[in-house]
Amino acid sequence: MTDSAQFALYSLLLPAGSFLLLAVVAPLRRSGRPAGFISIVFSAAALGWAVRAWLHSSREVFQPPLLWEWIPAEAGPLATVGVLADADSTIMLVLVALVSFLVQVYSLGYLAHEPAQGLGRYYAYQSLFAFSMMGLVLAPNFVQLFIFWELVGLCSYLLIGYWYGKPEAARAAVKAFWTTKAGDVGLLIGIVLLWQRTGTFDFLELLMQVDAGTLPLEGLGLVTFCIYLGAVGKSAQFPLHVWLPDAMEGPTPVSALIHAATMVTAGVYLLKRTDWLFALTPDVLALVGWVGAFTALLAATLACAQSDIKRVLAYSTVSQLGYMMAAIGAGFASAGFLHLLTNGLFKALLFLGAGAVIHAVGSNDIFQMGGLRRAMPQTTIVFLVGALSLAGIPLFGGFFSKDEVLGAVWAGGLTAPFVMLVVTAFLTAFYMFRVVFIAFFGEPASQGHGAHVGAGHSSAAHGGTHLQDPLPTMALPFWLLAIMSVGVGILFTVRHPEHEFAAPGWLTPLVVTVSVGGILLAWLTYHRRVVDAERLAAAFGLVREAALAKFWVDDVFEAMYRGALLAFSRAVGWMDRYLVDGIVNVLSAWTLVLGDRLRRMQSGQPQDYVYGVALGLLLLLVLIQWPR
Amino acid sequence: MPAGMLPVGTSAMPLHAYLTLAATLFAIGLFGVVTRRNTIGILLGIELMLNAVNINLVAFARFNGDPAGMVFTVFTICITVAEVAVGLALVILIFRIRRTVIADHLDLLRG
Repeated sequence: MTDSAQFALYSLLLPAGSFLLLAVVAPLRRSGRPAGFISIVFSAAALGWAVRAWLHSSREVFQPPLLWEWIPAEAGPLATVGVLADADSTIMLVLVALVSFLVQVYSLGYLAHEPAQGLGRYYAYQSLFAFSMMGLVLAPNFVQLFIFWELVGLCSYLLIGYWYGKPEAARAAVKAFWTTKAGDVGLLIGIVLLWQRTGTFDFLELLMQVDAGTLPLEGLGLVTFCIYLGAVGKSAQFPLHVWLPDAMEGPTPVSALIHAATMVTAGVYLLKRTDWLFALTPDVLALVGWVGAFTALLAATLACAQSDIKRVLAYSTVSQLGYMMAAIGAGFASAGFLHLLTNGLFKALLFLGAGAVIHAVGSNDIFQMGGLRRAMPQTTIVFLVGALSLAGIPLFGGFFSKDEVLGAVWAGGLTAPFVMLVVTAFLTAFYMFRVVFIAFFGEPASQGHGAHVGAGHSSAAHGGTHLQDPLPTMALPFWLLAIMSVGVGILFTVRHPEHEFAAPGWLTPLVVTVSVGGILLAWLTYHRRVVDAERLAAAFGLVREAALAKFWVDDVFEAMYRGALLAFSRAVGWMDRYLVDGIVNVLSAWTLVLGDRLRRMQSGQPQDYVYGVALGLLLLLVLIQWPR
Repeated sequence: MPAGMLPVGTSAMPLHAYLTLAATLFAIGLFGVVTRRNTIGILLGIELMLNAVNINLVAFARFNGDPAGMVFTVFTICITVAEVAVGLALVILIFRIRRTVIADHLDLLRG
């Protein structure tokens, strides 16, 4: 049905329009809040069209896309741009439009104390991001996907570095950009290699080639591996996960939108979109599964050792992305995709809740919060909903999809990753409720009131002395997300969609038990104080040390940078200074010497010039007379 | 034909005598320009060279019966006068500034 594609196209063009409006009309951008209202109105309209596109989309995987020729050639266009609206892309479109809309509304409250110019810039970036992400989701071929893939990377860079005056934020922005870029190079190589062997970028044509069995199989592993590298960078898989925790330097709504719900899931979406291609290379797929499970476990371990609420959430995002990848690696991409969608809802919810807390307390440190339950009951409820969803408790958003992922990994025969993921489920419940019990329950931390420690940004300017629930602009978005999280959870608990695979009967009880166990341990440790937190930490001495040092992954990268990259730069610098510059310098020295010799001819004596003129004249006369 | 004028193409002396005179005069002028150290002397040398040219022009006009050469000569003399006036003015200005008119000392153009 082209209706769906048409609606999706409107949805895509609206944020582009609002970005252009804000980018070109400078007075509007500098006006701050009006710019925000424009952006919000456009994104609300985009959400409406996205929902229509979703309702009209067919259940079939591939639809004939809406295409325009971009690089025409004699034998059909070399590249096209267009809109591919099928079941997967439209539901993703709805998620992007929804979270983007809610986050923009929320930002009005969260960034209320920003200068007007900065706010306008922020909303321009937000619109650009919405456009880029939608373009990525709707891309019908690899070229368009790659272009929007880079655009979302750019938006991520711009928004992490929104407070560019803060050195950590600027550093984090650059780090995010470079780290994801390392993966993107792989993606680009993969796309070109794929084109070399198939002659097309188009998903539909590639799918037809796969179905017809005409796709050359040998060496395809390299292609899918390169494409997977792009996903590793974007979706923060080990070892390129290091940028995501640092990306939390950006404003919290940005973390909710880009670094939890939408952009980081682009890698998962890419793999879901091309799962028929990856199915041809089981080795790469197994690698995807193993790396995903390992990332999930690693990040969950790291999250247990953090005291910054946003970093805990960031590591939980990395961990959940690992879950999705593991499901894809097991060969059941739709399970991973389902988890992507539910995670988009409750992770955005958690971030918005955390943002409300940070806004009120003026600090990211959970030990400076404490007892927020009384002062901020609304925030506590929605955060609890998010935490229960993330832990995978029945009736909440993440329960069914997590169950599905674990079932998929078991059915896919990846036993060791399955065990890792079950351990991760335990850790997930533990670290989430560690935050909940420390920050929201217990006694209020004495220094929590009005202490603006560690919050270098403008929310510190907000009076932190009166802890209370945020204004409706901030409360409404997270309530909506909470309701949807629970709604999705109840829907899936009551009415199971049919399984693609046979999950064993003991799976669901196991997962629930493990999660409840994690919550129980957190309760005993941080609420009842039956288990001493220090002793518990000491029991995991080495692991804790390693987690505090972020498993030395950052250090390894730094060593690589300092060792290999700097040495290489020095070598290149030497070549430039002595070889390249040397040749140029020799040439210029020769020119100087020659000029110096020649200038002696210029004696300054008029009579010498007369000699010259006379001699020249004579020479000319002789030449004229010379017999030919 | 007016009295006292010889017919066109005839003369008491042949053409090469005039040309030799002009060439000699030119050479003397060039020699002066090249060797004189005094700027005024150089100007005088230039005058000699110009007059050598004038002699050439007049002689050819006479022998070819073409009055254009005479007309040219009148122009040349006029322009020479102007040139000498400007040249001398320059020399005076140079003297005022540099307190010398010796060409050797005027080497501002040296590279």
